[in-house]
Amino acid sequence: MRSPLFGKLTKIAIGGAIVCAIVLVAILAPYIAPYDPYQQNLAQRLKPPIWSGGTAAHLLGTDTYGRDLLSRLIYGSRLSIIIGLSSMAFSCLIGSTAGVIAGFKGGRIEQAIMRFADAQMAFPDILLAIMLVAALGGSALNLIIVLAVSRWMVYARVVFGLTRTLRQRPFVEAATLYGARDTYLIGRHIIPQIVPVLTVVATLQVAQMILQETALSFLGLGLPSPTATWGNILAEGSGRLFVAPWIANLAGLSIILLVWSINMFGNGLREHLDPKARLAPR
Amino acid sequence: MLGYIARRLAFLPFTLLLVAFVTFVILRITGNPIDIFLDINRTPEQVAELTSRLHLDEPIPVQFLIFLRDLLHGDFGESLQFNAPAAEVVGERVGATLQLVSAGLGLAVLLGVTGGLVCATSRDRAPDFVISSIAVAGQSMPSFWLGILLIEIFALTLNWLPTSGTGSPSHLILPAVTLAAFLLPNFVLITRASVLELIDEQFVMTALAKGLSRTRVLLTHVLPNAINPVLSFLGIQVGTLMAGSIITETIFAWPGVGRLMISSIFHRDVPVVEAAVFFVAVVIALSNLVVDLAQMLVDPRIRRH
Repeated sequence: MRSPLFGKLTKIAIGGAIVCAIVLVAILAPYIAPYDPYQQNLAQRLKPPIWSGGTAAHLLGTDTYGRDLLSRLIYGSRLSIIIGLSSMAFSCLIGSTAGVIAGFKGGRIEQAIMRFADAQMAFPDILLAIMLVAALGGSALNLIIVLAVSRWMVYARVVFGLTRTLRQRPFVEAATLYGARDTYLIGRHIIPQIVPVLTVVATLQVAQMILQETALSFLGLGLPSPTATWGNILAEGSGRLFVAPWIANLAGLSIILLVWSINMFGNGLREHLDPKARLAPR
Repeated sequence: MLGYIARRLAFLPFTLLLVAFVTFVILRITGNPIDIFLDINRTPEQVAELTSRLHLDEPIPVQFLIFLRDLLHGDFGESLQFNAPAAEVVGERVGATLQLVSAGLGLAVLLGVTGGLVCATSRDRAPDFVISSIAVAGQSMPSFWLGILLIEIFALTLNWLPTSGTGSPSHLILPAVTLAAFLLPNFVLITRASVLELIDEQFVMTALAKGLSRTRVLLTHVLPNAINPVLSFLGIQVGTLMAGSIITETIFAWPGVGRLMISSIFHRDVPVVEAAVFFVAVVIALSNLVVDLAQMLVDPRIRRH
């Protein structure tokens, strides 16, 4: 679907601008946030946001413990972005290494790696993450490792396919005949060719990682409770829907805004790098 | 064809063996099983009891073989919360989960295929633009938030439907819609893509040229050919569906296996967690088998391989 309304450059511009804005907010959190996100004030509990009768003291209202929701959401963006980016980087590293090796070596190694990837593909990633978090506990580092391990095969499959076709291209065969070593071939000829595709996959995966992290937080398996993550705020809010619907709604809106703009940016990037690309399921 | 079915069935135990291995590695080896099974207030007697029950004093390969032997007997151990065998505790919840999953899946397939068809037949015009845009935006929607929004709108504000729990058919509506939303965007996009790929084929043009109506061509010539990519996608998505049911059951307090699994994790009821994980894995493996067979029935070309 190539709509004149949303050309690829528009997508990159709009998506990129919103992502940049959110990243900026996350970086500047201590200067922007009006309150300490953990400071409780029971006199001010469950104040509504300013548009439904609240005061300017708490623009987006407060939660059950009287903590300022705006400050909590601002600090929550930090954790979502850090966890999303680092787990993406880590799973990209594992997955592309496995994919390059499988595509380059072929034979038994390829069978072992790719069949394992297929098997894990059929198993729900969130179930694996749930079990790992249950076994290891929910620290930020564990979450990053768990999310990375549960999604590495996405990269492995893409990189494997590309590497296998690249290996048969004349320039790679020529380099092989000149006696180039495997490490040189991979570093000089394979990796530069897969970077564009990998960038698109990785961008879109950041969004998936953030969704996954909020889902784990929502189930109570993310960072422990007082920590201001969007998933935790949403989970707290979902227990107070009747008295304070704004808590869950604003957390949900924050998640969807970030994920949607990352997806927008990624889709624009994909159309830019591969004009024949279609709307694809993820 | 029978040979293919037999080969697929023979492969099933290997899949389950892999799941057993992963479960074993995660819950018994990655950390100290004593820490995973028992909380901080444990007594030395509890530790000793657990050590002998899980055979923690044996070498790890022996532990794995004992674990497998117990699995073959459907013996996951006693549940720590419910005072009953874990397999039985999970078995009681299976019905509710299957009810939710089939309702959600049915809704997703029905709406997804219809939506995809509408998109493909109105390519690049308003209906296509609207539906595809919603589908793409839907990929960014955290489905658990959708569930919460539905509760706010239909249960709390309009008072039409119950917020959570079970009992009447109306309890099923919101959870089923939420679960369907996990799959719906992808179903729309995949149907749209696979129909669009066919719509310029010569047999479609021939059918139109001999005077069949557009609806007739779409339903009898295009759809049967387009259904196969949708089916294979369905096979991949069974995992998403089961994961979605864990989250959906938690939101709506639906008494199924997923909610049991989450609450068992918090109660450190590892036997029940193991049994629930195994149930999910078996459902996924079996549905993949069913999807493969369905593909063969729908598309005679696959049978020859």
